Order: sequence, then structure tokens, then C-alpha cells
Amino acid sequence: MDKYKLIAENITVSYNNIISVKNITMKFKANTVTSLIGPSGCGKTSFLRCLNRMHDMNKNVKVMGKVVIDNTDLYLDNMNPIYHRRKVGMVFQKPNPFPTMSIYDNVTAGLRLNGIKNKKILDGSVENSLKLAYLWDEVKSDLKKPAIELSGGQQQRLCIARALAINPEILLMDEPSSALDPISTQKIEETIMNLKNELTIIIVTHNMQQAIRISDYTAFMYLGKLIEFGETKKLFTAPTDPLTAKYVKGFFG
Amino acid sequence: MIDQNEYDKQFYQNIKRRLITNKLIQIGVFCSVIIALIPLCSIVFEVFKNGINAISIDFLLDVPGSIGSGQGGIGPAIQGTILLICLTSLIGIPLGLSSGLFLYEFHDNKIAKMIRFFNDVFMEFPTIILGIFAFLVIVLTLGYFTILAGSFALSLIMFPIIARTTEESLKMVPVTYKEAGIALGLQKWVISVRIIMSAAKKGIVNGILLSVARIGGETAPLIMTILGSSQFFHGIDSPVDSLTLRIWRLSLLPYDDAQTSGWGSALVLIFIIIMISIGIRYLFDNNIRKSIKT
Repeated sequence: MDKYKLIAENITVSYNNIISVKNITMKFKANTVTSLIGPSGCGKTSFLRCLNRMHDMNKNVKVMGKVVIDNTDLYLDNMNPIYHRRKVGMVFQKPNPFPTMSIYDNVTAGLRLNGIKNKKILDGSVENSLKLAYLWDEVKSDLKKPAIELSGGQQQRLCIARALAINPEILLMDEPSSALDPISTQKIEETIMNLKNELTIIIVTHNMQQAIRISDYTAFMYLGKLIEFGETKKLFTAPTDPLTAKYVKGFFG
Repeated sequence: MIDQNEYDKQFYQNIKRRLITNKLIQIGVFCSVIIALIPLCSIVFEVFKNGINAISIDFLLDVPGSIGSGQGGIGPAIQGTILLICLTSLIGIPLGLSSGLFLYEFHDNKIAKMIRFFNDVFMEFPTIILGIFAFLVIVLTLGYFTILAGSFALSLIMFPIIARTTEESLKMVPVTYKEAGIALGLQKWVISVRIIMSAAKKGIVNGILLSVARIGGETAPLIMTILGSSQFFHGIDSPVDSLTLRIWRLSLLPYDDAQTSGWGSALVLIFIIIMISIGIRYLFDNNIRKSIKT
């Protein structure tokens, strides 16, 4: 039990009573990277967003099941998700730095807006997070610059740094490199590989090559169901399910 | 397959017409702008031409002299208008911003829908009725004409405008910023105020400016609330003057001097509203501030 950082049990998600994720159970080990793959609309993102209760903001979405982080269920009635979200960082599909803030303010947003004012802590966090996200060298001379003046790839790494600044134990990434060019993608992949030592990463990706390159485990989802979940190498070379085999060979999706 | 020749023929046949249409619409839009600017410019020009002669230090600072003497100024009216705008903003802006935020956060809630409906009705309400309302509620209760009643009536005009523009500008902020805030574990009100409102700042400030200009130019709700006065402000239990009331009173008088003073007051009013507009924009728009610095 202990070696699993995050356990999702019997997760079912429905939008306006249409079920998009069907009864998925997955366990994620600490310090691993897990990829979620599958064709568009198969519920990867819906599932990912359950893991830090992002669905709360949309009343039309119903989530059933359990998400256990460090032995506490995130979906208990009396649980304020804020406590858990500080342990779970998230990076989105499109870079979304806060438009009115500088680079510095963006990275420290999670700390500052939660009441941390100590300049030493903030400065340290900025340098540390930006270094982890491989952005430090490019921006260290001009941290006061508005974040929206950065390039798309830099913005996405800034968002990773922002998510890392709150010191999460788990990082959720929703197709973080889908809007980026190959070089930015490569840099983000490097970032992910390095972050593995510090935290547990779950990443949604459409790019199977990416899944092979970066992840230890891969889960294949289809039509809201979890078809296969196992070690990346095994899933891509010797899948047990014929549907998985078809998908990874590029026959559909 | 599409026949390439036929396709090309159709394309080039149409393109001439489309280019001409494009040009015509450009010209049309340009002309509309000119036509819309003519009355605006002529009003400003007329006010300037007729009012500039009245302007002097004494005119700006003195109390009004006896009618027809050509002496005295509009000091109390300027003071009154500035006080009214400040006091009304003090009530109207927080109220407007918070109701705008409420409408945005609970947009499909039943109460919010009701509030939005009344808000829209309020925005088009005849302002004289708001004045009478303030008269009944405040003036009759307290027993004296007061700047409080005037500000109350004006804030009823101000807050629906701010609420609506605030809601609309908040809605323009992409939901991804909210998501980013949620994922950082921020509390709901922190996300709303520090992230969403800050991203929508420009639209919100515009709404505030719009409402300030609107209340600065109101006359009807002031008649029965602040009454008008020829003395400087001396307590909340006595009538005050405002530029709009002064313009109205002066314009009814048959004397040339009074008419000139009226034009002068109008010029001052326009000037005050423009200055407030520039000032608020300067305060809130980082780009302007930056371009001035460099």
C-alpha cells in the first residue's frame, strides 16, 4: 500500500449524465512517470482532472469513486480540495501564464497568493523552480518582464515552474507539449525526466513516441475505459490486449 | 474532383466584386466615423467658443454674484460636482464591482438571473424617478436637502453600469487562468480578485469611467436631492450646488452674462470629466505609464 503515491479507485465521470470515464482504477508508484494514451475523446483528460478535483468548477460534471493520496481520500465530503491541490501541481495543454503578472510574480503566484511574503523564500523558490523547468538561464536577467512576452515554449516551461513552486509531490500534465515546436518539446521532456527524481508525474499525451521516451508506465484508454496499464516497454512491444496492439501500431486513433 | 478551370473562373469572376465590396464597406465605415464625429466636435467647439470668455480665476473660485450683475463665479458648483463624484464613487464603485463579481461567479444561479434582470432595468430607469426616490427615502426622513441624498441617487445610476461592464469583462477572461489558479490550490476569492479581475482590469476601468462621466453629467436626480446652492459646502445638512444644476439654472435666465456663465460652467464640467478620465486611465494602465517614463 505504502509504495503507491496515488490511488484512483473506481473513477467514473459523467458530463450531463453522459459517461465519459467508466470505472477506472489505477495505482501510481512514487517517482515514476505514467503516460495516458488513447484516441481523442477517450476520457484521458477527464480522468486526469479528477486527480486534483478540477471538475469541481463545472457543475455539470459528476465524479464518482475515490482518489487516495497519502492515505486520504480526496473526494470525502468534508475534504477541502485546497489542501490536496498544494500537493498536486498541474500543467495544462495551452500555456496559461497569468497575463498581468511578471515572470517572477507568475512563478511565485502559488506562494504569494497563499500568504507567503518572505522575500528570501520567494526568491529561492523562483530560482529553484525555474532551474527545474530549464528556464532559469533564459530569463534570469529579466525576471520583471511580463510573462506574456515570452515565447510559447518558454511560457509552457514557466507554467511548469509555477506548478513546481508550490512544492508538489505529484505533477499532472495535460498534453503539455501539444502546442509546441520540437525543440521546446524536447526541453520539456528533459525537464520531465529530471523531475522524476523529485515527484510522481502523470502525463496525458497524443504522441506515442513521447510516451515511449519519457514514461515508465503507460495506460491505454479507449471510449472511457482503461484497456491496458503496464510498463511502457511491455505495453508497446508485447501488449496483451488486441485493441492496444492495434492502437500502438497505428491502425486507428 | 473539382474542375480546376471552372473553379479558377468562378474565383476570379467573384474576386473583382468582392474587392469592390470590400472597398465600399471601408469607405462606408470611414464616412460613418466622420458623420458621428461632426456633432461631437461641434458641441465641444460651441461650448469652447461660448464658454472660454467666462473663464477666469475669479469665475472658478468665487461664489455666484447677484443675478444679472455679471459678477461672481461657480466655485460652489465645481466643489459640489467634485464632492458628488467622489462620494458617489465611494458608494457606487465597491457596490458595482462586487455585484459584477457576484453575477460572474454565480451566473446561472436563479438569484443572479433576477439581479441581472433588475440591473438591466435599472440602467435604463428615468433618472428623475431615482431622484424622487432619494428625496422620499433620505431627504424627507432626514428633513433637509443633503449631498448624501444626491450621492445615493447617483450611485443608483452608477452601480448597475459598473456591475454590467464588470460582469462582461470578467466573462472575457479565458477560463484557463481560473483553472491555473485552482490547480495552484488558491482560494476562490483569491482567484477571482487577484487573477480574473486583474486580467479584466482594462474593461472594468472603462466601465467605471463610463459611469463617472454619466453621473457627472446628470441633472435630474439632483434637483430634489441637493437642491442647488450659492454657497460652498458647509455640512451634510444643507443644500449643495453642482455644475449641471448651475448650467440648468443659468440657461433659464434671460441675461447675456448668465448665459455666458452657463457656457463657462459647461466647459468646466467637460474639462473635469476629461481630466478624471485621463487620470484614472493613467493610474490603471501600465502601458501608458511605461510609455511616459521612457
